[in-house]
Amino acid sequence: MPEPFKLILKNLDEPGFTPDIGCYQRHGGYEALKRALAMPARDLPDGKKLSPQESLREDVKASGLRGRGGAGFSAGLKWSFVDRRSGKPIYLICNADESEPGTFKDRQILHKDPHQLIEGMILSCWANDVKLAYIYIRGEMPVAAKLLNQALKEARAAGFLGKNILGTGYDLEIHVHRGAGAYICGEETGLIESLEGKRAYPRIKPPYFPAVLGLYMCPTIVNNVETLCHVKHIVLMGPAEYAKLGTPNNTGTRIVSLSGDVQKPGYYEIQVGRVTLGELIFDPNFGGGLKPGRTLKAIIPGGSSSKVLKAGEVFKLNRKGADGQMAKVDVSLLDLPYDFDSLQQAGTMSGSSAVIVLDDSRSMVQTLGNLSEFYAHESCGQCTPCREGALWLSKATHRLCNGEGRKADADYLTHIAQNIQGRTICAFGEAASWPVLSFVKKFRDEFEAQGAADEAAHAKSQGPSLTQSSAPRKAAGSLQTH
Amino acid sequence: MSAPAAPSSTTAPVTAPAAPPVETMTVMVNGKTVQVPKTMPDWQGKPAPTTMLQAARIAGVDIPHYCYHDKLPIAGNCRMCLVEFGTPMMGPDRKPVLNEDGTPKISRSVLPYEPGTPRGAIACATPISPGMEIYANSKATHQMRESVLESLLINHPLDCTICDQAGECKLQEYSVQHGQAGSQFVETKVHKPKAVDLGPRIVLDDERCILCTRCIRFTRDIAGDDALGIVNRGSYNTISAFNPGHFDNNYTLNTVDLCPVGALTSKDFRFKMRVWFLKETKSLCTSCGTGCNIIMGSREGVIHRYEPRENDAVNGPWMCDSGRLNYRWVGHADRLKQVLRTSADGTLQPISWNAAIESAALILTQAPQGSVAFVVSARQTNEELFLLKKLATHTGAMTDAVARDGEPDRLLVSEDRNPNSNGVRLTGMAFTEFGFNLTKIADGIAQGRIKTLVVFGEDVTQVGIGPELLAKLDALIVSDILPNATTAAATLLLPGSAHAEKRGTFVNVKGRLQKFHKAVEAPGDARPEWEFLHELVHSMTGHNGYRTIEGLFNQMAAEVPAFAGLEWAKVGDTGVTVQI
Repeated sequence: MPEPFKLILKNLDEPGFTPDIGCYQRHGGYEALKRALAMPARDLPDGKKLSPQESLREDVKASGLRGRGGAGFSAGLKWSFVDRRSGKPIYLICNADESEPGTFKDRQILHKDPHQLIEGMILSCWANDVKLAYIYIRGEMPVAAKLLNQALKEARAAGFLGKNILGTGYDLEIHVHRGAGAYICGEETGLIESLEGKRAYPRIKPPYFPAVLGLYMCPTIVNNVETLCHVKHIVLMGPAEYAKLGTPNNTGTRIVSLSGDVQKPGYYEIQVGRVTLGELIFDPNFGGGLKPGRTLKAIIPGGSSSKVLKAGEVFKLNRKGADGQMAKVDVSLLDLPYDFDSLQQAGTMSGSSAVIVLDDSRSMVQTLGNLSEFYAHESCGQCTPCREGALWLSKATHRLCNGEGRKADADYLTHIAQNIQGRTICAFGEAASWPVLSFVKKFRDEFEAQGAADEAAHAKSQGPSLTQSSAPRKAAGSLQTH
Repeated sequence: MSAPAAPSSTTAPVTAPAAPPVETMTVMVNGKTVQVPKTMPDWQGKPAPTTMLQAARIAGVDIPHYCYHDKLPIAGNCRMCLVEFGTPMMGPDRKPVLNEDGTPKISRSVLPYEPGTPRGAIACATPISPGMEIYANSKATHQMRESVLESLLINHPLDCTICDQAGECKLQEYSVQHGQAGSQFVETKVHKPKAVDLGPRIVLDDERCILCTRCIRFTRDIAGDDALGIVNRGSYNTISAFNPGHFDNNYTLNTVDLCPVGALTSKDFRFKMRVWFLKETKSLCTSCGTGCNIIMGSREGVIHRYEPRENDAVNGPWMCDSGRLNYRWVGHADRLKQVLRTSADGTLQPISWNAAIESAALILTQAPQGSVAFVVSARQTNEELFLLKKLATHTGAMTDAVARDGEPDRLLVSEDRNPNSNGVRLTGMAFTEFGFNLTKIADGIAQGRIKTLVVFGEDVTQVGIGPELLAKLDALIVSDILPNATTAAATLLLPGSAHAEKRGTFVNVKGRLQKFHKAVEAPGDARPEWEFLHELVHSMTGHNGYRTIEGLFNQMAAEVPAFAGLEWAKVGDTGVTVQI
């Protein structure tokens, strides 16, 4: 039976564990920092020396750590892109703007174990020669911001932050910056703009890659809360041991936010890829099954923007066979290992590792209506396809949810969503369109049935003379032009 | 600001060192191979990696765009310039993979998560790379444009029939070129504020706005006034002024030019004239010594607007509001329309131009050497000043011009509020500092040495030669456009023309000699000064000069050292730099 694996969550729910520095240190806190800062330069086979900072950067690369925020990009690689020759300061930003619907993992760390994040940040800053770092925290988490500021104060008093950290001559300051409640501030370049005091309009890439032209046009690293916490454990365990956690290319642990129609919604840390979606939902150690008498309908596997998976789906996954050759293997939805690569091969993503479970009591039309309204509200409005398209999608799903649907709306929704994805400045375009595209593709019958029912009801109430129109009242006439 | 590029000169000595060879790379645009420089000027003129849009232009392919503007920082928000592209496929050895025929294999851009679907890149901000292929005409590119236009139009009011921008609207133009006839949109539109009073000269219709942010970027990055921004979110995004009603820097009207749609309109121009009725004349702004290049929009003899005309050596694509709106005097009801001469009874009587020229010639010919003085305006053209100089030399007259100074700004407005001060200096009508001779002239009149005063375009009563001095003169020959205390005292009054009513050249404060053309007719009997001055010079000296502005200019170029080698026909629309 698969069990949760507690690495990041090791202490924070233990009885008596408090977010203060004393408790954190009694549980071995800041030992990783002390160890790293005392590391000697490493000798390389070719006679060159690797500075301890470079050494940690190499370790993070070797650990296989992938970003826990959503994209799952290699953290070590991200660090390696930083322009270290520009002569400008390098900044590190902790992205604590956790706002993807369904996601509530970083919140646990921030509230219950803030020093773990701070230690991970100090290590990451030290490894990257960062002298000034920011924690950009979601505006809706005022308590966490307060706790973080308290924790930073304690760390400063203990000599882990500020000038001459642990007598090594290394200086670092970390500031907490509270957002004002916009989802787009979780997009790293939008976050940077917001941190600079501007409207959180994501930047165009090229040329504004944060590793080169980030905060104040300086090289900048933006990492998720959970990702930064892992750095501490890579230092403690060593990259090789760390990489044994999880599965190849999907190393370490992840905190899954499980919500929706399960018995025990909550946050569960797992070894990446060692637990399947089915186990997450049905195992007593995790979700504990569906509610009585219900059957599974769909899973949104990686936060609300990931593409929905339908109960009963079977996917072709690349697996290494006994002969060592890669082969396509049929894997059913519930047997899908919860990791980055398997979900990607299943046509979706593990995103922010928020699993939302929908049972047969849920209407996919209503669910999509809810999601689309969220994305219409959160679109920053900078670029045309998303600005106009996100609200358009919401208006169309709203019609379907309120008895004004049309049979043609399935294609209509697809048309709108396809004109957003891949054409926007940031990944919000995908976030807004993927739920629509996947819901309509996989549950087309539900959308068409809803549209047909609305049209029939409409025809009845309008009388026979108006039944020719396939459009709802406000869209009378099929030759509607601009 | 984007400092206009260093003035280029067609008269520059040919000994300048040869420019270093430009590094180029080869790209393909719509199947056509072109060599393009690796770097090209960005909005500030600094070298930056060449973009797809710039490369396409070199290949003669215009990629449609709204938010992109050569002289503004790149925003990349409209997505109209999305193009499908491909890059040479690289093998594991980092060498290009070749087709069977030896040509490099191209991998077309696709969505990483949906390899069957082409992915576009914004041509305005995406740098080219060697061997890149840009498909500005492909089916996928057209589909992207169609979808962007559909998105831009779903919440647009489509009120072209009552919109000032109609006829010069990029939304109209691109819809015809790249859009679809219909839309699938069946929802209700978003409604936003209408007729917002942004400032003293600007009205904003937020429903027409496509949120390209050109106005915001211009106002912040060029005008240096962070006054505009966006409020609200998503589809409800709305352009707004920091202090609504008080958007009033001296460059606000440039946002009307920049606005690709009819969202920002000029209070001065809106609802006055359909733009397709306007005759466009290349001209210059005369409000200061910068000499901003303009287009005069006129219809049936009435000027309706000035718009800046791009000239990187002078004003870039911009002009100030004060200069732009300073045109109503041209058609003013008070314009001097009659040729007048003091009759025997002391009253002014209309006479013919012939009689006036004869009369002026007689006065100047009979005047003893040294008894004549000239006060001219630095608003006269070079050609007129050249002819006036001939008269002054012939009569041995003392000459001067009137300085007109004001506060300069950091962008375009010059301290010198005369359009042609350098023309006055180069033709020899005044010293470097104007006004040096004015006191001497005043003294000369007071002491009775100067008995004849010729004034062109100035009110000398404002500069120390008051009515009591003017009353002591035997003759006061005055040419002007509007009445003033000097024209009131004239014994011979010659109504002149505004620059909009004639052709000629000015030399700006930086030494740029520029041409302007005639947009409208002068009122009544008023004539271009150079025409009657030419006749006067002919009457007095017998020299038969040229009867056309081209000939006159070329004659001036032959005689005035600073203009040596110039020809009217060779002075382009953006002028040439002369030594000042």
